[in-house]
Amino acid sequence: MRLVDLAKTIRSKNAGVDHITFDVIFREAADYRRTVDAGVLSRDSVASLYGIDPDRVVSFVAFDPANAIKFTVRRRNPAGSAGEPDPFGSQCYAPLFDVEVPEA
Amino acid sequence: MPITLMSPTGHLGFTPIERGSFEAGLAARPDAIVADSGSADIGPYPLGADVGHSPEEWQRHDLELCLLGARDLGVPLVIGSASDTGTDRGVDTFVRIMREIAREHGLAPFTIAAVRSEIAPQTLIDHLGAGATLLGLNGRADADVDVLTATDHAVAVMGVDPIRAALEAGADVVVCGRSSDSAIFAAVAEHLGGLPRSTSLLAGKLLECASFCAEPFMGKETVLGEVDEDGVTLTPMQPQQRCTPASVSGHAMYERIDPYSEHVPDGTLDMTNLRFEALDDRRTRVSGAVWRPSDRYRVKIEGAGQTGQRAIAIMGIRDPYTLERIDDVLQWSRDKLVERFGAPGDAAYRVHFHVYGRNGVLGDLEPHPVVDGHEVGIVVETVADTPARAHEICTLASRNLFYARLPDVKGTAGGASFFSDEVLDARPDYRWTLNHVLALADVDQDARVHEELFRTEMIAVGMEVPA
Repeated sequence: MRLVDLAKTIRSKNAGVDHITFDVIFREAADYRRTVDAGVLSRDSVASLYGIDPDRVVSFVAFDPANAIKFTVRRRNPAGSAGEPDPFGSQCYAPLFDVEVPEA
Repeated sequence: MPITLMSPTGHLGFTPIERGSFEAGLAARPDAIVADSGSADIGPYPLGADVGHSPEEWQRHDLELCLLGARDLGVPLVIGSASDTGTDRGVDTFVRIMREIAREHGLAPFTIAAVRSEIAPQTLIDHLGAGATLLGLNGRADADVDVLTATDHAVAVMGVDPIRAALEAGADVVVCGRSSDSAIFAAVAEHLGGLPRSTSLLAGKLLECASFCAEPFMGKETVLGEVDEDGVTLTPMQPQQRCTPASVSGHAMYERIDPYSEHVPDGTLDMTNLRFEALDDRRTRVSGAVWRPSDRYRVKIEGAGQTGQRAIAIMGIRDPYTLERIDDVLQWSRDKLVERFGAPGDAAYRVHFHVYGRNGVLGDLEPHPVVDGHEVGIVVETVADTPARAHEICTLASRNLFYARLPDVKGTAGGASFFSDEVLDARPDYRWTLNHVLALADVDQDARVHEELFRTEMIAVGMEVPA
């Protein structure tokens, strides 16, 4: 199943001036667990998805209290610099929609 | 004793506070009103240029609601990161607006504590000279004199203690320079309720964005937080919202790299073992936060500086043959700039082509940087040392999209469409130069420098009686 159909929230936002943080939040703990266990979202897989060096994925967290997977990417330039797109970092999440999560 | 804090907005003045839930909040007779008024989200420009980010009328609207509400109830009001930047201008602006509101409404006398936290780049240079380090946060290089010289304005982010001290000195209202969003709430909980720093900071963490901790998504609605020795209970004042374990825990991880830690100058709030419990279908209680004090002050410093002047132009391309060769078009334009102005670089000029319809939104993060639609929009952005030069370079860059030479192109009357034949002079380019922590050489200096960073002035207001 595509992540867009499984997750309740898929969002991105600035985490400070040098980073964009991504949250994938599931309605059901079971869906969250299944996605975590399948390993379809990982530091390497998101780096590959966005075409960036894995070193730029500075953090990857499975946050149980919110049934959420969170990862953070370092920008090339600080937010709001000329040439650096999306000053709020809020529109970076769409490529995550097509990640395939295997059936349970 | 438990204290109820009212949080009416996540960013005072950014859009006006919603009146209905605000009045509901006041009717619940909270023990204090607390509102943050700044954010680093708004980009480097407001701090770099030292200007407010929202119309003053909107800031006045929110301040008036909060001030009149607080004075009417006879409870403290704390405003954080005044006027978006938390610079001295921001603090002075909010104090002035409050004086005006007090005069207009004939308010009985009260005291404002103005707690300033702007720091001159030269002072930071002096600290480096005395052996301090400006440690880069989250992968930034440490700051040296060059970085400080490139900084136009800097602010230190205050924690709980200066704000609490102002309340303890008798302030009815505290207008803070740049402050930790959590600390402005914690100071009140500690001062009024004698509550521990753990739950006090936790309350701030949860309340700092007001209605963002509730669902469905609504901004600028009021939330109440009841803080006690062990935890915080959140109640939304907007009837259509609910604070659920999902909405609250989802907010706890919002806008941050690490969902488990909140740093303030004198320590860290450890949120590794938070428990979220639904008390009913609209209220959630959070507990389990642990306060870990540190033995050194670690004050965050934010700073921004101007890098040059900016101009933009907007173009469009609709020819599919040209779209297939768009990199050649951009290269033609770049080459013509080099021919006339030399190679680009920080000291010379910079040009950016934002190709909407390819990777304008995501830039280098776009996994699919291909034009597969029938048109693109291109925003040509240039930065140079003077407005005239940025304007001239942008003019040449955009016109050369129009004149790009492609073999066999069918359209020989112009290869791109002008949105308008004008180049738009934009505001200067600024950069976040500082996202650092000030680490002094000796622990003996910590307390003294902390006092120098955060300076409080007590201001008597409302003494004038209207004729």
